[in-house]
Amino acid sequence: MGFTLFYLTALVLIPFAALIIRTLGMSWADFWHLATTDRALAAYRLTFGASLMAATANAVFGSLLAWVLVRYEFPGRRLVDAMVDFPFALPTAVAGLTLANLFAPNGWFGSFLVPLGIRGAFTPLGVVIALTFVGLPFVVRTLQPVLENLEPEIEEAAATLGSSRLRTFLTILAPTLFPPVLTGFALAFARAVGEFGSVVFISGNLPYKTEIAPYLIIMRLEEYDYTGAIALAVVLLSFSFVFLGAINVLEQWSGRYQK
Amino acid sequence: MSIELRNVSKAFGGVSAVNNVSFSIQDGELIALLGPSGGGKTTVLRMIAGLEMPSSGDVFIRGQRMNDISVQQRNIGFVFQNYALFKNMTVFKNIAFGLKIKKWKRQEIQERITELLELFGLQGLENRYPHQLSGGQRQRVAIARALAPKPSVLLLDEPFGAVDAKIRQELREWLVTLHHELNVTTVFVTHDQEEALEVSDRIVIISGGRLVQIGTPREVYDQPANEFVARFIGVMNVLETEVREGLARVGELEFPAPDQPNGQKMRIGFRPYAVQVSSDLTAFRYHAVLRRTFFLGVLLRLELELPSGLIVRTRMTKEEYSVQGLEDGKEVSFQIRQFRVLATETATLLPESDVEYQPPPVLGENI
Repeated sequence: MGFTLFYLTALVLIPFAALIIRTLGMSWADFWHLATTDRALAAYRLTFGASLMAATANAVFGSLLAWVLVRYEFPGRRLVDAMVDFPFALPTAVAGLTLANLFAPNGWFGSFLVPLGIRGAFTPLGVVIALTFVGLPFVVRTLQPVLENLEPEIEEAAATLGSSRLRTFLTILAPTLFPPVLTGFALAFARAVGEFGSVVFISGNLPYKTEIAPYLIIMRLEEYDYTGAIALAVVLLSFSFVFLGAINVLEQWSGRYQK
Repeated sequence: MSIELRNVSKAFGGVSAVNNVSFSIQDGELIALLGPSGGGKTTVLRMIAGLEMPSSGDVFIRGQRMNDISVQQRNIGFVFQNYALFKNMTVFKNIAFGLKIKKWKRQEIQERITELLELFGLQGLENRYPHQLSGGQRQRVAIARALAPKPSVLLLDEPFGAVDAKIRQELREWLVTLHHELNVTTVFVTHDQEEALEVSDRIVIISGGRLVQIGTPREVYDQPANEFVARFIGVMNVLETEVREGLARVGELEFPAPDQPNGQKMRIGFRPYAVQVSSDLTAFRYHAVLRRTFFLGVLLRLELELPSGLIVRTRMTKEEYSVQGLEDGKEVSFQIRQFRVLATETATLLPESDVEYQPPPVLGENI
């Protein structure tokens, strides 16, 4: 308990407090002005919008992937399973560089997609793609153990009571799997909001268009505009805080029957 | 006829699990499928339920061939070993699940569940989630859920496996009472012979994927079909003997074996209750030392050691033990009243033979 408290304080609480205290140094009008420039608003929109989309995509496809990995035996399953962790292991800059190359008009994917009007590099879509990539493991890894512990007898019991596969899935499996998917979604979202390295290469960082909020913070710092950077940081922080809080409440509600 | 299996076999990926099993179960019977673990009894139960399809042979329920009828349409109640309750649903919703699928009216569901909660002693627990229940309560919910849609048969897989000894005994008695009240044809799987003997109307013994014997508890105990059944149901002393001059002999023990040639090997088996023990050394012909006494409750298990080192197991009530003034290390005399000649494990058993009364040797005669 003492150790946990110390660890959390040193690692999380003190930096947060420092941030808040610095913010308190400015007047409310200053803060509001710095935090709500048009450029900042565009950056928030992109960061949160793209993160939400990426986390949603991961919730859907990550669930599918986890289901397949747990329920089906196929050659190379272990390899696929190991590859899920790849976005964790890969330095984000490498990932960003690779993605930018793939989706550039002359890249492997880009050369097919760009003629179809799908532009990956230097567009908001590129940001979503990069964020989906880095967030992939979260949903898979939170859902996997829950799926593995799901007793096959539960589905058989439903069948002996006359339940079709679809009905069993909707009324029994889905409610059981919802909380872990939500947790994975929240983790993927949180990671996406803070993601920097993998995005900056593929997005192109065009102000008002493909500039994410963390990049804008760096820009402010490079301009020696510390207060401006801090104002942005506080907005990001509060957003994430409220969002995670809301997810937590939802999780507890949907998992109320579990210990 | 409630359930009938005709020449049913099941193989999993070339490995035979159940081999040409046929038997039938009458309406309202309480049947135990008994056998060692991995013997195929659960597979038989799952084939009746439709959770497994037989590789060959037919399953009938109430005269209707079930092979092409899915598990959903068989109208059976199945209770899993781990209960498999729906964790995201309350007790009420768990029990109501099958009724909703069968499109019962809200009012009927309410009435049926109230009736079941009362019958199962679960009143007041209807809004609890499974994790808020004790092991015994979970099992009763699982049985209530299976029985709610009024199935034609109730199937239970190792129903008493997962609870501790005391609750197990209560649940056994409760299952018998429940069965008397509802009179629904019930089949349960167990590897515990005591449980099968105590609870069931008839026992189906399955081993190595084959049906070994079917009969009432008394029949399988008194007339076991082969040595496997004899040893599985209750305890049996088994001795390897050799015939000399019309007697099968091992150590000091002799069993009548008329018409058998000298040197013939014979396996002899006898139940503990066929052994009569006395602290009076002149009472019976054989002498032994009471090596150890095991306390089993009302009954005691005794291990007698003969001078040759042979061990004979027997049982005795506590009362008789104290009347005889027995204790470990004491010398006793005994006789074996009945025995069987055993062939191989799976061969049909010959009927028991009585040992002719042989007067005990008079002590001191040769001194």
